[in-house]
Amino acid sequence: MSQTTVPILSILTYFPLAACFVLPFIRNEKSVRVFSLLVGIAEVLLALPLFQFSLMTPGYQFVEKVAWMPQWGLTYYMGMDGISLLMVLLTILLLPLCVLCSWTYISKRVKEFHFSLLLMTSACIGVFLALDLVLFYIFWEAMLVPMFLLIAVWGGPERRYASVKFFLYTLAGSTLLLVAIIAFYKVGGTFSIPDLTEQTFPFRFQFWVFLAMALAFAIKVPMFPFHTWLPAAHVEAPTAGSVLLASILLKMGAYGFLRFCLPLTPDASVYFAPMMIAISVASILYGGFVALGQKDMKKLIAYSSVAHMGFVTLGIFIFSLRGFQGALMVMLNHGITTGALFMLVGAIYERSHSREIANNMGLGKYLPAYMFFFGLFALSSLGFPGTNSFVGELLVLIGVFKANPWVGAAIIPGVMLGAAYMLRLGQKLAWGEPTGANAWKDLNLREWSYLVPLAILVFYIGLAPGLTLRVLDPSLNRVLDRIAPKPKPAIVETAVLPNTQKGIVAGLFSSSR
Amino acid sequence: MKVDFTLLLPELVQILIILGLFVQTLKKPGTENKGFFCICWLPWASAVGIAVAAFSMKRSGLLFWDAYQVDGLSQFFKMAIALGFAIASLNAMSAPTVKDDQRADYFLFFALSSLGLMLMASSVELITIYISLEIASYSLYSIIPIRGNDPRAAEAGIKYILFGAAATAIALFGLSYILASQHTTYLHLLAAKSWAWADSPLAVTGITLFMVGFFFKLALFPFHFWCPDVYDGTSNETAAFAATLPKLGAVVILIRLVALLKPEIEIITIMAVLSAASMTFGNLAALIQTDVKRILGYSSVAHAGYVLVGLVAASATGLSAAGFYSLIYLLMNLTCFWVICSLSTDGKNLMLDDLNGLYKRAPYLAFVLAVGAFALVGLPPTAGFMGKLFLLTAAWNRGYNWLIIIAALNTAISIYYYLNIVRHAYTQESDALLPEKAPRCCSAVWGGVLAASLLVLGIIPQSVFCWMEEATRQMMP
Repeated sequence: MSQTTVPILSILTYFPLAACFVLPFIRNEKSVRVFSLLVGIAEVLLALPLFQFSLMTPGYQFVEKVAWMPQWGLTYYMGMDGISLLMVLLTILLLPLCVLCSWTYISKRVKEFHFSLLLMTSACIGVFLALDLVLFYIFWEAMLVPMFLLIAVWGGPERRYASVKFFLYTLAGSTLLLVAIIAFYKVGGTFSIPDLTEQTFPFRFQFWVFLAMALAFAIKVPMFPFHTWLPAAHVEAPTAGSVLLASILLKMGAYGFLRFCLPLTPDASVYFAPMMIAISVASILYGGFVALGQKDMKKLIAYSSVAHMGFVTLGIFIFSLRGFQGALMVMLNHGITTGALFMLVGAIYERSHSREIANNMGLGKYLPAYMFFFGLFALSSLGFPGTNSFVGELLVLIGVFKANPWVGAAIIPGVMLGAAYMLRLGQKLAWGEPTGANAWKDLNLREWSYLVPLAILVFYIGLAPGLTLRVLDPSLNRVLDRIAPKPKPAIVETAVLPNTQKGIVAGLFSSSR
Repeated sequence: MKVDFTLLLPELVQILIILGLFVQTLKKPGTENKGFFCICWLPWASAVGIAVAAFSMKRSGLLFWDAYQVDGLSQFFKMAIALGFAIASLNAMSAPTVKDDQRADYFLFFALSSLGLMLMASSVELITIYISLEIASYSLYSIIPIRGNDPRAAEAGIKYILFGAAATAIALFGLSYILASQHTTYLHLLAAKSWAWADSPLAVTGITLFMVGFFFKLALFPFHFWCPDVYDGTSNETAAFAATLPKLGAVVILIRLVALLKPEIEIITIMAVLSAASMTFGNLAALIQTDVKRILGYSSVAHAGYVLVGLVAASATGLSAAGFYSLIYLLMNLTCFWVICSLSTDGKNLMLDDLNGLYKRAPYLAFVLAVGAFALVGLPPTAGFMGKLFLLTAAWNRGYNWLIIIAALNTAISIYYYLNIVRHAYTQESDALLPEKAPRCCSAVWGGVLAASLLVLGIIPQSVFCWMEEATRQMMP
């Protein structure tokens, strides 16, 4: 772990927060937007020093460690590895894009909106960088309030219901996470994640703690039985809210699994893997089927998120390098693609004032540029070769088929469903009977400006995923070593075969301290 | 007996305030509260009280035949009480439901009750404890019914007196059992005796009954029935006082009892069960309330349960966590009541619907209310979270892990009604025109100070907590 002198990570985390306090002094709405955009661009520039990130180091980099409350073992501990690097970069990139896509969409209480947006960004970056459990929990919860406000104040007609549901679900999940954190402190003697990772806990302890943590993360992901808050929140949230929700918040659940469940409770993770895999498969199939039947574009994309996140959790819980890589790639790509799709839905909503597919048909002729982007991101969403999502889904599929062909066979319909619902949506939008499209203008410069960066990323990651994977590999290998300490890939990758699975668990029981 | 009066400085300042107010109560009815009879000096005097309490922080000693102990714990709580008194009286300065003629009397009883609580903080002898409890209670009995000519306030007053009298009678009854079986009322002598059921069932029964008096003050289930009704019936400003300060007094006595007597498993188990019942019941009952003060009433029942988690831990860290949480609770509740009192310019109760569109009418107060409500939930980065984190961490692995899980789950229940407050303030448009009198500017400023203190204590609780921890370590090494 390298200690740096300039606290880059803290600067990145608190710069948007600091900018919040300037907002109340800006009178004009236009200036508020320009200011927030500048903050977003400055934040992107501030992230440039992150290119010093060393691809060879498996540990945490840019570490900052300051005593906070010594007698309680609380430290202000931030650090970054390959996993958090990608997530942080995604968060930072989305901030200026969110400001841009809300430029005309948000017309009331503009100042408060950007206040929430900046606050939200700060908390999200903090979640991915915190290496102290309590610090993590603080950021994790701090993000709820601005997100609640984004939905509840600037949302659609059912916003009150949706925002309360969102808040209740996520908070209810994370209360037990707090208990798990306290239990870790009492048993492991520290809140520091890297220190806890080096310890081995008895299986019985791991069992309960895993359940407590998994509930919090599964709600956030969201996994199948806990997903019901997501469509409601997505549909009602304003565009920027949906983008943040889909691109960042959902990733936090998966990030939690990778950062906490697997390294801290490896034995329990192996033990529960079949259940998690089953739920993931259910999420993929269920999300796909329900997405197929939606009339509302946002709802369709929301359910497609459930399916995509199913790939992520599936990739994580097959415990192979390919699976991990795939999961991370799906996380990243889902952030890019779904974020872009939500932005596009927001853009067409500004024209038609409806999110119903039926009211937005026949755009191919009148809004060709819009349709180009929509087609691109829709293809990316269904995992078309050459686009970014293809890489992720392919890696997950390779991992799954190596681990257990039956599970692989079970998710193939999910992949096909993805193609079905996205193509159906794209086809209706492009060639359906126009309801008013002839009167709408095609994309303007502002809309181009927030779609082009994402489109570039779609192709870049789709065609040259090498760099991204190299960033990830050291960190993923470290997690993998934790799950299966013997560096024998063959055993690792068959860890979930039913018969070997039993052997491992039986061994755990007999050899547990 | 020589008395070192410098040990009693906080109490002496409080007595001076009382004397000053007493002189002012002697004016002829009908004369205006001007000149000599102006009570605008009170906030300044109470600020001096805080300063003096902070100044006498490090003092320690025994007074009055060892019945009165000045130590870290008592000074911490005296400071907290002085702080609470200052905020509550500042809050009540322009209470609309108090007649001008009664104003000096009203604050006289405020100050007297605070004095009683300060005495409680230092009492280490059961009869002294009992007498200070009565001083604190009787003053409250007389101000609860003061609310214009509102019959509901009278009802609240009667309820408070009847419940209070019954609870203190039970406490006195318990005291007689303790005296009969252990032959002393001094806590340091009692500490040497056995408190196991097997050795002296009479004493265990006695101490349990004695604690009831303080559970009543704390509004712990099942001694909470007065709480929502009294908050509801009495004026907003009185409720702000009654909801916060007496709890500090109850907590300090319970901390002393637990620390010195080290009660055995029986009493601790009773406390754990009451704690779980209290938080669950309080939170469930609060879900369906529509009156903001009733919500806060039931929320205080729930918080009594949370505080008790620290006492159940019965370790130095647990007790200091309980003390710290009660200070935070004082601030959180006063923050919420501050907003209520600022908004209700005519002294009426606030319904949830009255908060609609608050963000537009009073954006700063809306923010303060949101901070207060989220702190009560225990959401980071507010002080409420740190308080709860300390409580739960201290109590983990002390044999009551189920209580921790219940406490954590209760957070999930409670979020609904606190969130409802914020939701009304931020997302509902106000449909009915309220008696629009824009809240005063200074109320927003002071509210902002309270909210800021909650945020600051949530991020750097270190110094305040250490202070409390030192105090408990003196008693429980």
